[in-house]
Amino acid sequence: MMAYILALGVWIAGWWLNVRLSHSDRSDTRFYSLLIPVIFGVTIIVMWEILVTMLEVSAVILPPPSMIAARFASSLNLLWADFQQTIIKGAMTGYVFGMIAAFAVAILADRSPFLTKGILPVGAFMAALPIVGTAPIFVKWLGSDWQSKAAVVGVMVFFPILVNTVAGLKDTSAMQRDLMRTYGAGYWPTLLKLRIPAALPFIFNGLKIATTLALIGAIVAEFFGSPTLGMGFRISTSVGQLALDMVWAEIIVAAIAGSTFYGLMAWLEKRVTFWHPSQR
Amino acid sequence: MRTAFVTGCARGILMTRLNAIIPALTVVAVIVAFWTLCVIPMNAHLTADQAQRDGMVLTPEAPRDRQELSGLSLALKNPAIIPLTYVQTRPRLPSPHQVVQELYDTVIDKKITSKRSLVYHGWVTLSATLLGFVMGTTLGIMLAVGIVYSRTMDKSVMPWAITSQTIPILALAPMIIVMLGAIGIQGLFPKSIISAYLSFFPVVVGMVKGLRSPDAMQLDLLRTYGTNSNQGFWKLRLPSSIPYLFASLKIGISASLVGAIVGELPTGARAGFGARMLVGDQYGQPMVTWAALFAAAITAAMLVAILSVIERQTLRRMGMGAA
Repeated sequence: MMAYILALGVWIAGWWLNVRLSHSDRSDTRFYSLLIPVIFGVTIIVMWEILVTMLEVSAVILPPPSMIAARFASSLNLLWADFQQTIIKGAMTGYVFGMIAAFAVAILADRSPFLTKGILPVGAFMAALPIVGTAPIFVKWLGSDWQSKAAVVGVMVFFPILVNTVAGLKDTSAMQRDLMRTYGAGYWPTLLKLRIPAALPFIFNGLKIATTLALIGAIVAEFFGSPTLGMGFRISTSVGQLALDMVWAEIIVAAIAGSTFYGLMAWLEKRVTFWHPSQR
Repeated sequence: MRTAFVTGCARGILMTRLNAIIPALTVVAVIVAFWTLCVIPMNAHLTADQAQRDGMVLTPEAPRDRQELSGLSLALKNPAIIPLTYVQTRPRLPSPHQVVQELYDTVIDKKITSKRSLVYHGWVTLSATLLGFVMGTTLGIMLAVGIVYSRTMDKSVMPWAITSQTIPILALAPMIIVMLGAIGIQGLFPKSIISAYLSFFPVVVGMVKGLRSPDAMQLDLLRTYGTNSNQGFWKLRLPSSIPYLFASLKIGISASLVGAIVGELPTGARAGFGARMLVGDQYGQPMVTWAALFAAAITAAMLVAILSVIERQTLRRMGMGAA
């Protein structure tokens, strides 16, 4: 009973603070718009800690945040090795290869309006399919090390990037293209100086969607077979050993990696497409 | 005169349809042709070993020498094995017709109640997907309404909803299954939870955008009519959010299906598409994996297609349906 009252107290305190903050005059400043979600997150974590420890919930069901933090701190080496195996070798390699392949196909298809028209619906359709399911096939073909994960990731990120690039390359007006023609620019100068820059907002949209897909692909593919290393491997074996604090520690790593990767792409987008209305 | 006009119109519509379909079909045909060609080098070694055991004479006699050749050159040196690469029972890469055959066998030929029928496994996955999708969408819409009407919720919850899109939440799936299993909840429900939270965040983000899409002019107009905020919600905000809702639903339903499939992996694989993929993988039956993969893809495609049809009908009824 005490636990519920205490947790409710924490919730009311946190919520009251946020109501005050979000209705204050300075609520739109940068500092406040960071502070408010942080307070919300801390409130949830404190409630979680209070409820789990005071109600003596088994760590097999839900470990308290303090236990997860302790596990995270004590197994940094292991987490770092898993991170390298899954994110750097699996996800990043696959992401880069998928991206290059998508750009190449988009540029090739771009020369023919017929192909462009065909690739858009087929690619959009393929992007909606559960491509993660190809994981067992790639693991069988390429072995259980990172190469098979990179292949799954490559296929998963290929279609969203392709569709966005092809759609982006179509996004110039006749007036702009005519202007290039009056300058005497041929296909390649027009592509490099006008159409690719104009396509960049679309391309980055695809690249940002693909960041999350890359991590999902690399982690889920490890459920189908991996060396004794990697985030997906650690998650599935730790679940088997009921070491849920380890699973949560890996999920924290995945969350940090995912938002950093996305943030990196968003930052790049801001630097490269500074001229676009959505960035001003 | 009139009939000529009507048939003319019909032909016009048909032509525009064909103009859209033919390029797409061409691309599909190219992909299938490429796949069919890949079958030869992918299965060449496997087929050659098999053929030698059956008494065929091959150019490099020793299996070890064959291993050093690439699949393509092996097939070119022994043209006799090329047709055989298409009829392997356990191919590395099955040919398109084998996949179609396997799908036909397991979808149409088997009784639905059979454990080997893909309709049975499909229903297991689909029911979890749909239950989760409905739960996730309902909660998502409710949270979006809360966010739009409460400044505090907007400021505290919305950043988390956006950040959560960048996190591979699917990694949580095995843990949720085990966690719920430990407190005695098994079967359909844990998978639905995974489906629900995968469709939840896209719907929240999309609906918040949609409910905020009416501009100041439209909101002002309603104010001059003297409407209260309740009427403003039902007559302006909700209707203008519908296109955004459908866009999110289409993302959400395919995410839900992936969630349900992945949710089937750690439970020891009893039933469902995910279970079939795992079974095919572990027992060396590639056709089972391939059939499950394609069945899952077809299911996803049908779900998205159904939503698109509902979207088009709804938007047309609402007077927004230009496309």
